[in-house]
Amino acid sequence: MTTTLPAYDEVVARYEPVIGLETHVELGTNTKMFCGCPTDFGGEPNTRVCPVCLGLPGSLPVANKAAIEATIRIGLALNCSIAQWCRFARKNYFYPDMPKDFQISQYDEPLCSDGYLDVEVDGELVRIGIERVHLEEDTGKTLHVGGATGRIHGATESLVDYNRAGIPLVEIVTKPVPGTGALAPEVAKAYVTELRDVLRSLGVSDVRMEEGSLRCDVNTSLNLPGEEWGTRTETKNVNSLRSVERAVRSEILRQASVLDAGGRITQETRHFHEDTGDTTPGRSKETATDYRYFPEPDLVPLAPDTAWVAELKAALPELPRLHRRRLQEQWGLSDLDMQSVLNAGAVELIEATVAAGTTPAAARKWWLGELSRRANETGTELADIGATPAQVAELQGLVDAGKLNDKLARTVLEGVVAGEGSPTEIMTNRGLEVVSDTGALTAAVDEAIAANPGIADKIRSGKVAAAGALVGAVMKATRGQADAKTVRDLVLERLGVQG
Amino acid sequence: MTDLTRMTATDLAGLVASGETSAVEVTRAHLDRIAAVDDRVHAFLHVDTEGALAAARAVDERRAAGEQLGPLAGVPVAVKDVLTTKGVPTTVGSKILEGWRPPYDATIVQRLRAAGTVMLGKTNMDEFAMGSSTEYSAYGPTHNPWDTDRIPGGSGGGSAAALAAYEAPLAIGSDTGGSIRQPGAVTGTVGAKPTYGGTSRYGLVAFSSSLDTPGPCARTVLDAALLHQVIGGHDPRDSTSIPQPVPDVVAAAKLGATGDLTGVRLGIVREFTGEGAEPGVMAAFRESVDTLAKLGAEIVEVSCPHFRYALPAYYLIAPSECSSNLARFDGVRFGLRVGDDGNRSLEEVMSLTREAGFGAEVKRRIMVGTYALSSGYYDAYYGQAQKVRTLITRDFTSAFEQVDALISPTTPFVAFPIGARTADPYQMYLADLFTIPTNLYGGPGISVPCGLSEGLPVGLQVMAPTMADDRMYRVAAALESVVGTFTPPAL
Repeated sequence: MTTTLPAYDEVVARYEPVIGLETHVELGTNTKMFCGCPTDFGGEPNTRVCPVCLGLPGSLPVANKAAIEATIRIGLALNCSIAQWCRFARKNYFYPDMPKDFQISQYDEPLCSDGYLDVEVDGELVRIGIERVHLEEDTGKTLHVGGATGRIHGATESLVDYNRAGIPLVEIVTKPVPGTGALAPEVAKAYVTELRDVLRSLGVSDVRMEEGSLRCDVNTSLNLPGEEWGTRTETKNVNSLRSVERAVRSEILRQASVLDAGGRITQETRHFHEDTGDTTPGRSKETATDYRYFPEPDLVPLAPDTAWVAELKAALPELPRLHRRRLQEQWGLSDLDMQSVLNAGAVELIEATVAAGTTPAAARKWWLGELSRRANETGTELADIGATPAQVAELQGLVDAGKLNDKLARTVLEGVVAGEGSPTEIMTNRGLEVVSDTGALTAAVDEAIAANPGIADKIRSGKVAAAGALVGAVMKATRGQADAKTVRDLVLERLGVQG
Repeated sequence: MTDLTRMTATDLAGLVASGETSAVEVTRAHLDRIAAVDDRVHAFLHVDTEGALAAARAVDERRAAGEQLGPLAGVPVAVKDVLTTKGVPTTVGSKILEGWRPPYDATIVQRLRAAGTVMLGKTNMDEFAMGSSTEYSAYGPTHNPWDTDRIPGGSGGGSAAALAAYEAPLAIGSDTGGSIRQPGAVTGTVGAKPTYGGTSRYGLVAFSSSLDTPGPCARTVLDAALLHQVIGGHDPRDSTSIPQPVPDVVAAAKLGATGDLTGVRLGIVREFTGEGAEPGVMAAFRESVDTLAKLGAEIVEVSCPHFRYALPAYYLIAPSECSSNLARFDGVRFGLRVGDDGNRSLEEVMSLTREAGFGAEVKRRIMVGTYALSSGYYDAYYGQAQKVRTLITRDFTSAFEQVDALISPTTPFVAFPIGARTADPYQMYLADLFTIPTNLYGGPGISVPCGLSEGLPVGLQVMAPTMADDRMYRVAAALESVVGTFTPPAL
């Protein structure tokens, strides 16, 4: 279809979008969901496998308690009810990266259900309903080799790596989200962002979308005002926060053009393409597989102890949104200033620097100033810049102690980023410490006075402002390592003038 | 000298422990016997001569070093081919696993090795344990040592026939609907299905996960109890394994052997009228009831009204689970692969592999199970069968409020001629009429020889409450103390 897409603003003025999100999160447990194999990313193909995660005949699953605990904590953080009794279920379908040709998942008895997550969009709070949070196992990965596209068509061989098979996977499904209008794409992005932050604060996953430990499917439909919700499509392969927003926007535009042309939306799975920003159809849901779900007979039902769940609830960390608000107050920042901290990805870095003893203002100055500039220049994440909050705090400590001035401190910081060591080490090794030996300074001041008798006379006669020239001469002579105020005081003292 | 193959496991272990004979001698005697008769019996799919002799030598060395040996050390055991054995072929009686050598031992196999028993090899079975005659083995039928033209029962016909043919003194079976007990009954041997969860399923190639129970087979009740003690108990690798110690089945078998059942209340199920059962089987059963009464047991009639729905419920639940359990046999990772010529799609290779690798009965059950779990049919079939299962469990629970154990014939008919029931699946399914309720409930059941009908063995079944396996051993041993063991005619 080569129809030109209508303008977005015009589309959302006529149609009401309804969105829904399904998010898969790989848990950061040490071992897999149903066996003792390690879960860390990477590793030679098929080296992190055993009879259980390979689905060998006779093998049996045993549920990982740490994964169940993490799932319950996610459910609690999302304000869900935790099931007092529930079961795993088998989802049956044939696929080579599914070792047993069924996936152990949950069906009509999820571990957590009926919650919500509040997200902020344009300063407004939007409540996203959570339908369910359930636990399942991940599949292996199929690699199609020998073709141009890496897809199965044209490939000469298909290789399967089962290292990922059996890694605990949590699926978080929202309720349909109507009523967000033109903001639907931003709401979708804000939800995934907030969810990612919640998961990170819980410490249950490294939530890296690029490595696939956080994966997102986006459901979108359009309807005319006052009419029933439209047929939805499910967009897969949405692998960055930006893509979430783009995928919703692109699908709203596509559906509008189909509807405007008098067509009807097919209920189907679509694939999002990062490069073009649009979606193409996958398999049609109307001919969907019958997964023949039934309770997993190899596993006993889950019956989380009420007291244990209460304990987990009591120990939950503060929600990121509330945490941020508290920090903003503590740091005394305006909404705009806080937003720039957020945009720079500096919240946790500043927080840690403050925790190491630095004032919020100084911490913010370093992270948003010198370090952000370097991060932008080199295209790295601020967190990966090479300086730690502890080092920044140490640097500021040296400034506060008068051992470094601002200019020297920036030189030391360059050394820190370059990996030369701690700020103190760099200062000592490079001889950058402020000259505070009054004897040596006095000699330099006397030299400057002797070399500039005219200026000295002016100062003696009361033109105190002329002292700056002598201070400059001393600073030059000490290669900037003197404290300017101390020098000025000394100059005036030696000339017998009151500052 | 005495024929080592005719001795009980208890006696063999004693001879090895005292040094009167060696584990190697005992093993050789049984390997020789297998070599002599197994072409007529076909109890074994694989004989692990080297592995068995090595294991026997290890036992002899440990004894020579003065180590304390376990109660079954040096005793040979035949293992049903449904359990994985590291490096030793495991086929489950199916072409689809031909040549597969598992990289791991089943928990039960590990425990057998740790106990110093000597694994002789792997025994024949109906493909994937689906059958009651061992005729559905992809590798040809096993013959009943009582009459080699007849079936040895199934699915564990190989293990039962190996015992009856004196090829092994002990064997391991698995019981999903009667696959240990019914072969025991028709070969005149003892077969016990432990409480579900009392023996580990780790390494047992699954047929129906919620029903499969591995268990001991022997020629005497005490031998079965000793083997039960060795293989039973909690296994952290099996979530459905019960975290409790094995009931003291050995003590119970010894107590029963005194022949005193005073104070024991035994129930006869009113709904097991004997309809569909052979008169000779019912006669032997009634005679055994009288015997048990003479030993002091009180005989009470109890009602289990839902037992009549057990067979249909079983034939929905077991196929449903099997349709999912057998999905992994797709030619991708292990076993048979057919049609992988570089031109066919993955789906085609999977289909061709399964078409060629599975037998007709397995396909029938996969299809039934797939249908029963399908969207729109689930509630009417699988869901309804689960409700029946709950009702049957209630029948047992209420019966065990009145009696200590239930007794019945093990199977409605004696060993039938090979080929007699293969044409009509339902006629085959009837073989498990009396054994299936116990599987649906999850309790233990044992078959013990109780007499002959037309010269062929008849078994009596004792059913006990879950985790009261000791009760059935006591009753079975008491009956055995009167009727003795049964020896088939020479092969």
